[in-house]
Amino acid sequence: MIHTFVSYVDDKPGVLTRVSSLFRRLNINIISLTVGRSERPGLSRMTIVCEASAEAGHRIRASMYKLENVLDVDDIAGAPAVTRELALIKVAATKDTRSPIFELVEVFRARIVDLAPESLMIEMTGVESKIEGLIQVLTEGDNEILEVCRSGKMTMRRGHHTSRVLKALGAGAIEPEDGASQTQQAEEGAVVEPE
Amino acid sequence: MNTNVNTPSPNGAITTPTRLTGSEILWATLVGEGVTDVFGYPGGAILPAYDALRKFPIRHVLVRHEQGASHMADGYARATGKVGVAVATSGPGATNLVTGIATAMLDSIPMVCVTGQVSSKVLGTDAFQEVDITGVTLPVTKHNFLVSRAEDLAPALRHAFQIARSGRPGPVLVDITKDAQQATALFDFDAAKPAPYRPHPMLKVEENGLKEAAELIRNAKRPVILAGHGVMQSGAMEQVRSLAERAQIPVALTLLGLGGFPASHPLNLGMMGMHGESWVNHAIQEADLLIACGMRFDDRVIGTPSTYALKAKKIHIEVDPAEINKNIKVDVALVGDLAEVLEQLLPQISGRDGSAWLKTIDASKGAVAVRDIKNLPDSGHLYAAHVMHDLWRITGGNAIVVTDVGQHQMWEAQYFHHEHPRTLITSGGLGTMGFALPAAIGAKVACPDKEVWVVAGDGGFQMTSPELATIVQEKLKINIAVINNGYLGMVRQWQEFFYDKNYESTPLVSPDFVKLADAHGIAAKAVRTRGELAGAVEEARAHKGAYLLNFLVEKEDSVYPMIPAGSALHEMIRRPGKNPLVERPDDI
Ligand SMILES: Cc1ncc(C[n+]2csc(CCOP(=O)(O)OP(=O)(O)O)c2C)c(N)n1
Repeated sequence: MIHTFVSYVDDKPGVLTRVSSLFRRLNINIISLTVGRSERPGLSRMTIVCEASAEAGHRIRASMYKLENVLDVDDIAGAPAVTRELALIKVAATKDTRSPIFELVEVFRARIVDLAPESLMIEMTGVESKIEGLIQVLTEGDNEILEVCRSGKMTMRRGHHTSRVLKALGAGAIEPEDGASQTQQAEEGAVVEPE
Repeated sequence: MNTNVNTPSPNGAITTPTRLTGSEILWATLVGEGVTDVFGYPGGAILPAYDALRKFPIRHVLVRHEQGASHMADGYARATGKVGVAVATSGPGATNLVTGIATAMLDSIPMVCVTGQVSSKVLGTDAFQEVDITGVTLPVTKHNFLVSRAEDLAPALRHAFQIARSGRPGPVLVDITKDAQQATALFDFDAAKPAPYRPHPMLKVEENGLKEAAELIRNAKRPVILAGHGVMQSGAMEQVRSLAERAQIPVALTLLGLGGFPASHPLNLGMMGMHGESWVNHAIQEADLLIACGMRFDDRVIGTPSTYALKAKKIHIEVDPAEINKNIKVDVALVGDLAEVLEQLLPQISGRDGSAWLKTIDASKGAVAVRDIKNLPDSGHLYAAHVMHDLWRITGGNAIVVTDVGQHQMWEAQYFHHEHPRTLITSGGLGTMGFALPAAIGAKVACPDKEVWVVAGDGGFQMTSPELATIVQEKLKINIAVINNGYLGMVRQWQEFFYDKNYESTPLVSPDFVKLADAHGIAAKAVRTRGELAGAVEEARAHKGAYLLNFLVEKEDSVYPMIPAGSALHEMIRRPGKNPLVERPDDI
């Protein structure tokens, strides 16, 4: 099954190696790993997606916590969450063949971010399946895809969830407000359905 | 800013903020952490530290190979529960520590390794003797640090000690660049104190879990306590004993658990697992409740997971949440320090009548013991079991025995009955040959008043035998029993059982160990018969200095019982009724 872990880690040299090395040691393949700054100075936020047995989730989380530089690990599992991925897709296209691509891009609510005489670049954010959908229709439309760059998944729980550790750390943590959390869970993931 | 010269307190600790070099900060921090002994080997990148060493009340034991230093630090820690410290230079010095670090990691031993590193200016340039040792040791340390500024040194070292000691203990490495050793900084021991220990966030004993566990224990008909290394790590000997006595539950021990529950206690079943006695493994397979205390269901202990204790509910009390359901799925997990969890659990346990179950187990014991080799008449052959039995009998079981890895390790576990914690020191998780001699040096340095015995095979002994010189240099009274069967015995046994007696690369030519000892100035003697055994042991004990006994034992003896890899716990290869080497009573 697919697990998604969201983790707060120290923003220090070698921390990414420690985390990724842990997955290697457990012999678990990382499907995607995104890291960047979080709302707390000195802390980075990681989203790690991996394929492992259902039981492995507990062990991965417990093992991550054993790393000195890991402050918090949340296993998103089936919880309501928003997941996004950024993709840059470069497609071969000349002045004469551009317009069907423009239409597709419109339908998918993606954007053209670069135009060159023989290619164009599409930027798109969305769930994984939507990005795959765009790639699929581009390919089916006999377009030559030159390059694909995908960021990997980023995930955030819906609503007021604030990580325990951030709360414990005090300053900077956002206290949840009751009532502000009742975001409706949107339907996501249909293959070619635009958002 | 106070920049006084050193103002050491009685134990040598520097208590007022003082300007020091990084090298001085290193030792001052160690003194402050209570370190009195370190094991190491100098070299260019750690030379500034060695230069400063004489100013501090720390005994430095010069080893013959850095692997020895890490095993000594490990033995020191196992004998005392304190953090052991090893020191090495950069590059080859640091990599030589790795086997000892991995050994400590798998057995959860608190240890701090200090290594020198090339100057920060040339870090990453493949400078002379540069190795990325924090990278190399990443998977075999609990955590590690690269320190390149003198002012970061005390905080990093103090944090290292905290990590090594806390939760599930383990080894930590601190790599210090040469320039950080040479630079100066203000040393303030108290200010360098790490943030309070942050327990594992998934570590919490749930009230419900305690209730459920108590309920299971109350209702169990055939319960068994499984006691592991964690019993000693947590200092939970008393609590485990109370649990066993209050509820009349027999206790089976892992190899590293031996000594955690007195061998002579009527509820002690003995060692479980691959070379555990049949009644122990049968009791586990027949149990309706297992209470695992500070053990991790290692594969040497469970046979195959799919056939392990299928009739039993399982309670797992363990400090490391990552161990829960790792090898064996459990019904109730109580995650926390064993002693603390048991303290909470005990009031909910009241007297229980366990006599029927105990009687059943007892009935299965008697017959097996008869065929035990030590009960057989003297055939003129010397068996390792005889050696272990006599070592136990003559020392009254009071010695610290440090074993190497192989058949002798299992015979020791079977025939030397450990009454007290920290009297068996052995590499369980990694199974490191070459461990015994250096680890015994560590144990003796830690416990100079205790009788210390090395028990090693002829193979493993040769892996680290240069440390004999360390024993002499440090004037240590250590007794050494080499169990010399002319083979890499345990591997030969596997070849006998599972590879058609194809003794490929296991017959072993050794130097004359008596002469080897002699060359080091260590007294020694060869022992060939059962008749000579006891006298030789007495002689070694009475001798003032170190003493080596070369026991020339039966070459093709095997350790029984044995569970072949891939079999269930109860599918043991029993002690043979008829041994080609010795007539034994008929099959039982
Ligand atoms: C460093 C290392 N290399 C190899 C092994 C594999 N091994 C396990 S037991 C053993 C044989 C040990 O022989 P010896 O030291 O003579 O002891 P005996 O089994 O004869 O008591 C070997 C080679 C090991 N455990 N450690």
